[in-house]
Amino acid sequence: MLRNPRRTPINLCVIPETDLSALQPILQTHAPHGRTRLLPALHDAQALYGWLPEPVLTQIARALRVPLADVHGVVSFYTMFYNQPVGQKVLRVCTDPTCMTRGGEQTLADAQARAAADPSITVERSTCLGCCNIAPAVNVTFNTSTPAHNRTFTGVHAEQIDAILSDAPLPDVHDYVGGDVCVVTPLCGRGRRHTLAEYEAVGGMRALRGAVGANRAGEAIIAEIKASGLIGRGGAAFPTWIKWDGTAKASGDAKYFVVNADESEPGTFKDRVLLEGDPCRVIEGAILGAYAIGAHKAFFYVRGEYPKVIASLRAALDECRAAGYLGENILGAGWNLDIELRVGAGAYICGEETALLESLEGERGFPRVKPPFPVSNGLFGAPTVIQNVETLAKVPYILTHGAAAFRKFGTEKSTGVKLVCVSGHVARPGVYEIPFGVTLRHLIDNLAGGVTGGELKALLLGGASGTFAGPQHLDTPITFEDLRAAGLALGSGAIMVFNEHTDLRAVLAKIGHFFAHESCGKCYPCQLGSQRQMEILDRVAAGAIRPNDIAVLNDVGWTMTDASLCGLGQTAASAVRSALALWPELTQAAQNGANA
Amino acid sequence: MTNISINNIPIVAEPGTTIHKAAEAAGVAVPTICYSDHCTANGLCRMCVVEVEGARTLVASCVTQVTEGMKVHTDTERVLRSRRTILEMLNSAVDLSEAPAIQQQMRDVEADPERFGECERRAHTVIDDNPMYVRDYDKCILCWRCVQVCADDAQYTYAINFDGRGFVTSIGTFNDKPMPETSCVFCGQCVQVCPTNALLPKREHLLQAGKTPEQIHELTRAQRKRRARSTPNESQA
Repeated sequence: MLRNPRRTPINLCVIPETDLSALQPILQTHAPHGRTRLLPALHDAQALYGWLPEPVLTQIARALRVPLADVHGVVSFYTMFYNQPVGQKVLRVCTDPTCMTRGGEQTLADAQARAAADPSITVERSTCLGCCNIAPAVNVTFNTSTPAHNRTFTGVHAEQIDAILSDAPLPDVHDYVGGDVCVVTPLCGRGRRHTLAEYEAVGGMRALRGAVGANRAGEAIIAEIKASGLIGRGGAAFPTWIKWDGTAKASGDAKYFVVNADESEPGTFKDRVLLEGDPCRVIEGAILGAYAIGAHKAFFYVRGEYPKVIASLRAALDECRAAGYLGENILGAGWNLDIELRVGAGAYICGEETALLESLEGERGFPRVKPPFPVSNGLFGAPTVIQNVETLAKVPYILTHGAAAFRKFGTEKSTGVKLVCVSGHVARPGVYEIPFGVTLRHLIDNLAGGVTGGELKALLLGGASGTFAGPQHLDTPITFEDLRAAGLALGSGAIMVFNEHTDLRAVLAKIGHFFAHESCGKCYPCQLGSQRQMEILDRVAAGAIRPNDIAVLNDVGWTMTDASLCGLGQTAASAVRSALALWPELTQAAQNGANA
Repeated sequence: MTNISINNIPIVAEPGTTIHKAAEAAGVAVPTICYSDHCTANGLCRMCVVEVEGARTLVASCVTQVTEGMKVHTDTERVLRSRRTILEMLNSAVDLSEAPAIQQQMRDVEADPERFGECERRAHTVIDDNPMYVRDYDKCILCWRCVQVCADDAQYTYAINFDGRGFVTSIGTFNDKPMPETSCVFCGQCVQVCPTNALLPKREHLLQAGKTPEQIHELTRAQRKRRARSTPNESQA
């Protein structure tokens, strides 16, 4: 796999003398804030020039007072920044597991053939674009306009490449949203963003009026969240109230509330569906959280490959400001809050909370050593809550209807409702809202319409960093405790379904490539281990393993899991290890194949 | 004071000290690669990982502070498995020929230098772009010390940073510019802290290449003259 496509210069492009006058308004906007605005400034500049020419980087470095070498370090860390010229159209074709099973490799090959004959097209292989339910997906930056614009095309088939390249309006493939309950998704999956007024019409912002408008104490809000048993939905399953309580009680005047919308776990798209359809619900949750901990500044950090989410949030934040839900003296409570929208630039690691904070500060997305934890030492060293999108979508419901109403759903230890993302070989891939406690079988057979194309072979729970399950696990209830007892984990809520005809070795190789591509390179076990794991999994997929490969793979996996610095490295071998435990024949067959 | 145990031996440690320092004070050696007393510890190499009872994963002793009642084990089979694998992986990617301390660590844990066989190594060309030192990043283990002393740990010069990410990360300058075109002041601190000779004084590099001191004097004369000429210009600017 091409590891660093951005570093391949395209000599056919003529580089004109860089006109720096258009850059000046961008510099004026960002300069007063300093380094924290490095990513926004780079995004804005690249939208003007298509890439980041040296004089542009020099001006940005000077304006934000960032050393040039540091600017280089940041640009070269994020895959969506280019310090070499790129084509007028930059195509990022997803070939991660679900897109792969839906023809993503063919789409990539067709796009590459087109690019070979046309220097105005740059094609890159992309990691998961969060559109597994409407796969395959292609994200395109069009430098044909000034500023450039970005679109994600879904359900792409080879014959559509021309339409994509011409930036034509294509029929939208809607996300399917279903489930047993409809607590946070009434305005999702309809192919458009719902406005603040529409959200208010279904009871939106009532929690905010009841809390902020009534000057309710932050402690009371946190107590309600505690009583609800709400557990974070980002993947780490950490009790929400503990973070809020710790940050509220931490010393320091400045506190921050950060919404983690850097959804990049392969197979996961619930946060995208929530934010595209009903951004105001999540914003309300964020405002409530910020109020509870006493923050005056909040951030949404959205991954750069989510153009619709970015547009949806931008519009919704404007509406909320205009309506007085954001800004000064919100609802007459004498409390101010500003929410700033930040956009990532192609780095899965920035979904790790401390790497996200580094990125917000204008740094490479290196995760920090913990402790200290963000509750005491977070953004700019201040106490900070970082919360997943879906978690916040539950907060308005809990505060409007009470913790007891939320607890009516789910089990004692896994309270409330959960969004799960079902993709792959099922009749109806989509986002399903379920109460905790229904079985995997109910989800896949009754809700998602059953396995298609053959018998069920494997489920991948929690994405690339998750665990594989087999047909024998179908009657496991979806709860934190039952899945844990079965040696599984729900993680981010991704469930990828593979039928009996799927080449699981190819899926494992994809996972290997994913982590090798996304390792930040900070700690040795992951920096080196993700590379070696990928090499061995490629040999497994090719049926050409060496005698000691499996023993080595076990040592590499164990070392990444046990000795890595952050959650990415600690889970980089999780799916692989679980697959080899369930289906040892995957490697045996490969060895036989090699011997044959 | 904080009471802990290391390998079942009770130890009284200064509050706020790291496990690594507490072990050292108690005469228990914990191996490290990236750690330097002169640099901020980042817990990169994970060679100093130890088992702490109750912890989910191993912890990096160089960045983990002691807490009351902590029970630490520094050389269990679990710890050794990670250390051995880290060394084998490092050796498979990087030229450690001039890193005798790391080679000794490999012997200590019986790491197999051939464990990974043929595999992708980090390959770079030697960068010889200034009169003071040569950069041979085939030998770079990404310990970060050079970047740190160039920045806030010592010199505040910020001439170097990282390039790329993951396995192919390397140390680089702004847009790969030659060192004399960067903010480098040739203080030499990066060369001092480099543990693997990836950064080597020019003279030593030439001696290794078999040049005699006379030949080196001859070779570097032109560069010395250029520097002498450029100095007044710089002071005018």
